[in-house]
Amino acid sequence: MPLDVASPSADRYPPPGLVPSYAHLRSQLASRDRSLRRKVMSLEEATAFVNDGDTVGIGGSTMSRTPMGMIWALIRARKTRLSCVRSIMSSDGDLLFGSGICDRITTSWFSQGILWGVSKVMRHYVETGAAAYDEWSHMAIGMRFRAGAMGLPFMPIRSMMGSDVVRQRPEAVEMICPYTREKLLLVPGLNPDVALIHVQRCDEFGNAQIDGLPFMDIDLAMAANRVILTTERIVSNDQIRRAPDHTKIPFFAVDAVIELPYGCAPHECSGVYEPMMRHMEAYVAQVNANPVDGMHDYLDTFVFGPSSWTEFLERIGVEELVRASRAGRSMDDA
Amino acid sequence: MRSESVSEVPVQRDPAITASELLAILSARQLRDGQVVFAGVGIPLLAATLAQRLRCPGLTILFEGGVIGAFIEPGRLPPSTNDQRCTVRANMVLGSAEVLLLLQRGYVDIGFMGGAQIDQFGNLNSSFIGDPARPKTRLPGTGGGNDISSLTAMIVAMKHEKRRFVENVDFITSPGWLRGQRSRCESGLGAGGMFRVVTDLAVFDFDDDTRRMRAIALNPGVSCEQVQANTGFPLAFAPDLQVTEPPSTDELAMLRHLDPDRRYTA
Repeated sequence: MPLDVASPSADRYPPPGLVPSYAHLRSQLASRDRSLRRKVMSLEEATAFVNDGDTVGIGGSTMSRTPMGMIWALIRARKTRLSCVRSIMSSDGDLLFGSGICDRITTSWFSQGILWGVSKVMRHYVETGAAAYDEWSHMAIGMRFRAGAMGLPFMPIRSMMGSDVVRQRPEAVEMICPYTREKLLLVPGLNPDVALIHVQRCDEFGNAQIDGLPFMDIDLAMAANRVILTTERIVSNDQIRRAPDHTKIPFFAVDAVIELPYGCAPHECSGVYEPMMRHMEAYVAQVNANPVDGMHDYLDTFVFGPSSWTEFLERIGVEELVRASRAGRSMDDA
Repeated sequence: MRSESVSEVPVQRDPAITASELLAILSARQLRDGQVVFAGVGIPLLAATLAQRLRCPGLTILFEGGVIGAFIEPGRLPPSTNDQRCTVRANMVLGSAEVLLLLQRGYVDIGFMGGAQIDQFGNLNSSFIGDPARPKTRLPGTGGGNDISSLTAMIVAMKHEKRRFVENVDFITSPGWLRGQRSRCESGLGAGGMFRVVTDLAVFDFDDDTRRMRAIALNPGVSCEQVQANTGFPLAFAPDLQVTEPPSTDELAMLRHLDPDRRYTA
């Protein structure tokens, strides 16, 4: 039965606590240091902004602008019980489940990529009940971040209704629109404890410029209670001010800035590099052949083995990095 | 075992053309110049690009990554609809929620997707095989599929196998006509719905009243019996059942020019 605002009945509301009260949301933001200050730090230092049990919003989509370096650092820091949300999950979702730092993923699509069929890692963790995959439509994920970014408890949408996707999501509530008397679906606002976002460039204060597809990153940044930015390069504030129309995330929403070249590897960063497909194909073959031991070996070799992100890149290989960079930088030459 | 085989009724095909190539070419023919089409990755992306290059220069292709007016380059097919390759020569890039909201506002004429499992009312499943509470297989999920099929008219291109054409899907990920008749509209989905299903055996529409799947054209060399034998529910056949023209040399040549590595047409 849809919720009719003209005659609400308490037992038809979702459980309390799903969405924070407005007072709580405002007090969380008010307690943040939003001053204009230098926020540059190391990957390892930035892991302190993520607490065990946090809800973590992840920027980019599929294999694009994935904050892989920050995820890599969180695995090395042995975080636990993270609940991660992303528009579409690729091999980052595999690593989150396979490393044991995350036991719930909220997304609209979860596999390594369309080219490789169904992720055996995702299947292993979800089918054994070791971890949960909460499925929403792609637009619903976006509208949940949008509501969170707007300081509102929900957004109404016109998709998902009638499907079994909505039947699995008691958090979503049907209502009768008071204006048109039509059915709408309310999706709850989402304010992640922390967002991980990778950008092409930002200044030391966190004014961030994004080239290419922005995905849901602007809403995600504004919705989250903390934002960790990794960036291909840190530029001067003067350079940001020369093209303020390219700035997509304002400094006061940002808590940490880490300069991390190739920070999406082996995924892509628009205009800088394409996905490192040889590495991806070898990765997929290894983990899909054996989702537990194959993943364990991958983590040993590529996450726990290297002493630094640069050493991780060395293990991917210069040839692979050069090939991906050449393709990414010449994207518009076609 | 043999009686359960999906290939119990063998279909003679031109061995030089793969089933995926046939799907891409025949589904591309469903598009019209001037339309705005929201295309999923794989065959839909390829077929929309084929139509744009051959017959429909004014076709506007949208991708869920946030692209308006995509113009995919031959041999540089993107690995998903969220990759930078999708943005090459586009008119506009925008947020992924924004591009999906164009569907909700009504700017999109056709949604164009592949499918793993479909039922008699055109409902699609890409989430679970078996009981969702204890799934035999967890599939990747909806992506934008639920939004696209909830909000606009749909063309689905998929391989025709008995295990994929079932009476009722295990899980409705992307809504077709739900339980038929007016059930879609009554569920709150006031626009769109399944328009065409294109397979390697036939082309289907949906009856205006019952909303059940109905064959309207057979692919060359395919019989009604073969279509029915590869379908897990009783099919209707249109009284003026057509036979589709085979792929032309122009269509095949352009398709292979676009996908020389057979990334989507193997």
